[in-house]
This record gives sequence, C-alpha cells and structure tokens, in this order.
Amino acid sequence: MPSVTHSDSSSSPASPADYRLQSEAVAARFAALHARPVVLEAEHLSCEFDSERGRVTALRDINVRIHRRELVCVIGPSGCGKSTFARVIAGLQPVSAGRILVDGVAVTAPGPDRGMVFQGYTLFPWLTLTQNVRFGLDMQGRSDGPADAEARQWLDLVGLGKFHDSYPHQLSGGMKQRVAIARALAAGPKILLMDEPFGALDPSTRAQMQAHLMEIWRNVDITIVFITHDMDEAILLADRILVLKANPGEVQEFIEVPVPRPRRLDQFNTPEFQAMRQHLDSLIHPAPGPNSPDHCPLPFIRLTQAGDDVE
Amino acid sequence: MALLSVRREPPARYRWLLWVLAFALPLATWSAVSYIPWLWHPQVLITDAGSVSWIKPGLRLDRADFAAQVNKATAANLAPPVGEPANPLYLPPPHAVGRALYGAFTTAPRLKGDMWLHESIVMSIKTIFLGFAISSLFALPLGIICGAYPALSRMTEPFVDFVRYMPAPAFGALMVAIFGIHLEPKIAIVVLGTFFTQVLVTAGTVRRVDPALLEAAQTLGAKRGKLVRRVIIPACLPDLYNDTRILIGCAWTYLVVAEVVGVSSGITFFINQQAKYRNFDNVYAAIIIIGLIGLATDQVLSFIGARLFGWKLTRRSRTRAFLGWLFSPRDVLYFPDKPSTR
Ligand SMILES: Nc1ncnc2c1ncn2[C@@H]1O[C@H](COP(=O)(O)OP(=O)(O)OP(=O)(O)O)[C@@H](O)[C@H]1O
Ligand SMILES: [Mg+2]
Repeated sequence: MPSVTHSDSSSSPASPADYRLQSEAVAARFAALHARPVVLEAEHLSCEFDSERGRVTALRDINVRIHRRELVCVIGPSGCGKSTFARVIAGLQPVSAGRILVDGVAVTAPGPDRGMVFQGYTLFPWLTLTQNVRFGLDMQGRSDGPADAEARQWLDLVGLGKFHDSYPHQLSGGMKQRVAIARALAAGPKILLMDEPFGALDPSTRAQMQAHLMEIWRNVDITIVFITHDMDEAILLADRILVLKANPGEVQEFIEVPVPRPRRLDQFNTPEFQAMRQHLDSLIHPAPGPNSPDHCPLPFIRLTQAGDDVE
Repeated sequence: MALLSVRREPPARYRWLLWVLAFALPLATWSAVSYIPWLWHPQVLITDAGSVSWIKPGLRLDRADFAAQVNKATAANLAPPVGEPANPLYLPPPHAVGRALYGAFTTAPRLKGDMWLHESIVMSIKTIFLGFAISSLFALPLGIICGAYPALSRMTEPFVDFVRYMPAPAFGALMVAIFGIHLEPKIAIVVLGTFFTQVLVTAGTVRRVDPALLEAAQTLGAKRGKLVRRVIIPACLPDLYNDTRILIGCAWTYLVVAEVVGVSSGITFFINQQAKYRNFDNVYAAIIIIGLIGLATDQVLSFIGARLFGWKLTRRSRTRAFLGWLFSPRDVLYFPDKPSTR
C-alpha cells in the first residue's frame, strides 16, 4: 500500500477503498495539472431542444474548466447530454444560455481548433486515406507536397502505413476510426473531442485503440474530451472524469482519477481502480433501495413446457 | 426459392437470363397476340369478296359486321364473303416490324425532301443533346446552390415550382415567335421541359448529403464555399449523375412534343409521316429505335458512372462488369463489392 495523502478537504473517513485517496505521485501530478493554463471553459452552459414533447433540457448550468493537455472523460446514463456537450464545444450546436471559452475566446462556430471524432465513421468516401487526412491541411491552404507528406506521416503514426491510397470502404471499423483520429489530429486542433469513438468496436480492437490513443496523447500537445459510457474505459484513459446526470443533464461530479500513470490494462485490479469503479457504479446505477427488487419482473406469461427450466 | 427472396439479389448465373426475359416476355406476348388466331384478332381480313359488291379483298371488317354480311349473303342464297381473323392495322406482327426496322434504313423517303430515317434520328439526337446540355449548364449550378443554401432555395423554389407546372408544350407558339421555326424553338422546349424539374431534383439530391460529413468537414475548418466545393459536390456527384440519367429520359418525352413545333422534324416527323401513310410497322420500328438509343445511352452512362464513382456502392450491373472485364481486367478492382487487396 503506497503512502497516501488526503486530497479532499472534507472530513469523510479515510477507508482503503476511498476513490479520493491519491498517492503522492498522483497528487503531485494533479497539482501540476491544475497549474497549467485553462484551455476550455464552460460557463453556465445550458442547451435546450424544442421537440414534439415540448422543451427538452439537454444540458443545464454546466460549469467546468479543463486544463491544457488534460484528458477528460465524460460519462453518464444514455440521453444525459454527453453528445450535446461535445457538439456544443465543437460549435455544431447553438447554446441556449452560457458560453464556451477556448483560450478565453467565446466559441460561436465550428473551427479547426476543435477537432472532433464521431461515433459513426465520418470519413469522406470519395477520398483516399491520405486525401482524407489531408483535408484539414488543405482547408488551411497548405501546399500540396508538404501536406501530402504530413498526411502520410499521420497515417503511419496510427499504424496504417500500408493503406495510404486505399479508400475508406476497403477498411474495417477500427481502421476507419484510426483514420478519423489521424484526420482530426492532422488539422492541428488544440482540443480533440471524441464522441464514443470506440463504441462500435469489439473488445480487443477497442483495447488496442485505447493504447493507441494514449500513445498519441503522450506525444502530441492536445487536450482531449473523451465521451464514453464505458466506465472502465473512462478510468483507464482519464485524468478527470466528468459525470453527468440525466433529465436535465447536469454535472453530478468532476472526479480526479487516483490511478497512477502510465496506465496499463493490468491496473484493473489495483485498489484505486476498484475504488473508482465502485464509485462510478454507485453514481450511474444508484443502489436499489433495501426492499426494491433488482429488476421489475416483466409481465410474462409462461411460454415454455414444464420440466425444462433453465434457471 | 433462392430466386424470389425479399430484397436479396438473385444468384449471378440467373441474371443474364432475367435480363433476357425482361425483353422476351413482352415480345412473347406480342407474338402470341399476333400469331395465335383465336387470341384477340377482333377483325376479319377479307380474302374473297364473294357476292358482296362493296367488299374488296384486303379490306378489314369488324367481326360482327363480317358475320352480318355472311348471314345476309347466305340468307339470299348468294356466295358469302370469305376472310381470316386479323388484328387491326395499328398492331402489326413482330416480323413486319422487324422487316421495317431493316427496311427503314434502306428505303428512300417517299417524298422528295423528306428525310431518311437516320437523318431524322441524327436531327433528334442533336435537338435533345443541345437542349439537355443547355438545361444542365444552368440547372445544375442553380440546384446545387439552392440545395446548399436554404435561404436561396426559399427564394427561388416557389417560382420554379410554379413554372414547372406549366406544360412546356404550352410555350410552343411563344418559342416559335421568339426563335423562329427551325431547330431553336425545339431546343428551347426541351430546355423548358427539363430545366425546372432538374433544378428541384438537383437541390433535393444535394439536401440528402449526409449531414455528419458536413459537420466533420466543419470541425476540420471548412467554411461556405469550400464546404460546397470540397464536400457537398463530391458527396452528391454520383447521385446527381444518376438523376441526370433519369432526366435524359424526361428530355426524350419533351423532344417528341418539341418536334411538332414549327417545322415538324426529326424522328417524330418520320413517325407522323409513316402513320399518315398507315405504315404502322415503320412507326413501331421508329419507336423501337428511340428505345434502343435510350437503352444504349443509359448503359453507356451507367458504365462510365461506375468507373467515375467506384467509391460509391452501387448495384452491380452485369453489362458494366462485363465491359469492365473486357476493356481492362485489372479495373474490376474499382467495383467495390469485389474485395480488393491493394
Ligand atoms: N436534435 C435534437 N432535437 C431534439 N432533442 C434532442 C436533439 N438532440 C438531442 N436531444 C435530446 O437531448 C438529450 C441529450 O441527448 P444526447 O444525444 O446529448 O445524449 P447522450 O448522452 O449522448 O446519449 P447517448 O449516450 O445515448 O449517446 C436527449 O434527451 C435527447 O432527446
Ligand atoms: Mg451520444
């Protein structure tokens, strides 16, 4: 058991499974992180939609500050406004109140300083991979030769060196998502928004992609806002986890992850990881009351013959 | 049944067969009606007039009239007229049309100054090509900006919709007054007929571009003009191309209308002229030629389209695959449903 300092000022009892306990190294890391400049700030951010059911509040009064080169995961139940949050930061979704500041400047429209990776692979199907990755550079008016070379470098970096001249339809899902990441990074954004980018991938590809992402993040000056509904993924990747609650989408807690870096998959069994995991579980799936059943029985009539019970 | 599964392409070995059937079935129906005497045949072709003075051999009588004449003759103990079941003149049998198809190109026109069939066809193709090219030249850009900028679409589309409902032929006299009596008014009518529809169809196609692609491009720094040029246009180009293929079909419809305006000309003139002489086999021959030209144009365009837009998953066409294989076997790689290992 490493020596621990109590980072939280509140006087909650320090049990070994408290997610707020941080090792010295982790605490020092967070101190350094908080000393870095704020690149992304949400001020009293609210977002509402008009739908047939009336006005839906997707986000209400969100206040967060995210520091340079931080990796923040956003997690919450389905429909709590995670995607909306990312779209608002990207400038794709107008806000109803409040504002988003990037380096102190209010966001009004999409721009290349905020790259985005979508859950569906939004590659341009008529362009080769190199041309896809070059797209952002072309928009900045970069000349052909260097842009091409840079795009190829990015593709090599995400491990697709052999596919420079392939078209997106010739790739698997994981490969497409890697191209999308390369394309977003090539445009040189300050902030990379990722909306459940690995949601559609199988577990082993997903683990590979997570390792890949951390590798990239270590080597590139970029702040990442990563949206997911997978708690393990959030703990594995994040410096801090922003937990949203649904109806309306509000900040439930903004948690510093106590798991030390560098992160590896085998940290899953460490006490910090488990403590964090338990806490997220309790936030997102609140413990059922003492006498409520763990699920409401469905109104089933028995459709099977007696004598072949499965459970 | 492998052949009749909902939304499942039939096995490859049946596709040629189905293509042939598509033409063989209508042809078989036509042949049956023409050659089986008890199928339809509402008239009687007189072979021997008998005693009836006003009937001549070669005349066609309705069956009821013929029966009445026979009854009258037999009642008066005179020789009854004799005939065989026949179809009306306007439905010639396939072999007559086949002969006419061949003969149409080899027989000189009846009147001096009338055009040969192939001259008529060239004239028609010229009209339709010019008309469609002029229409596309203006309709495609206008449609694309209307689709890309909703404000512009709200400003133009109500009027376009309004004019679109006016039948193009109604402008015939006007066009003759403006453009004279030769090729120009005909081209103008083809333009009028296709332009407004083309604007609306193009704008609709542009609006169907996946908004996720636009958002992705915006987060990469694309704005306005670049968004239109670099994303919207390439994304919908294959669909615009297909729209164009369909609209060329519309243009043929307007061609037939246009050609009777002013000095009647082209293939329509040929058809009308032949109908006047009651050479219905030539009429069918000309109509079939229009069909063949249309089919050939469409197949060529579809073939070119598959080459241009290989990235877009399109339904695999046998002709296309065959021609692709014929011209350059390696390029079969561009057909996306064939996994490629480049
Ligand atoms: N375009 C829209 N029009 C109307 N309502 C919307 C729209 N987009 C989102 N909403 C509403 O906003 C709320 C948040 O949606 P959002 O897509 O941000 O959720 P999410 O957290 O990303 O969910 P998930 O985890 O399922 O992706 C939902 O209640 C949804 O109904
Ligand atoms: Mg979402």
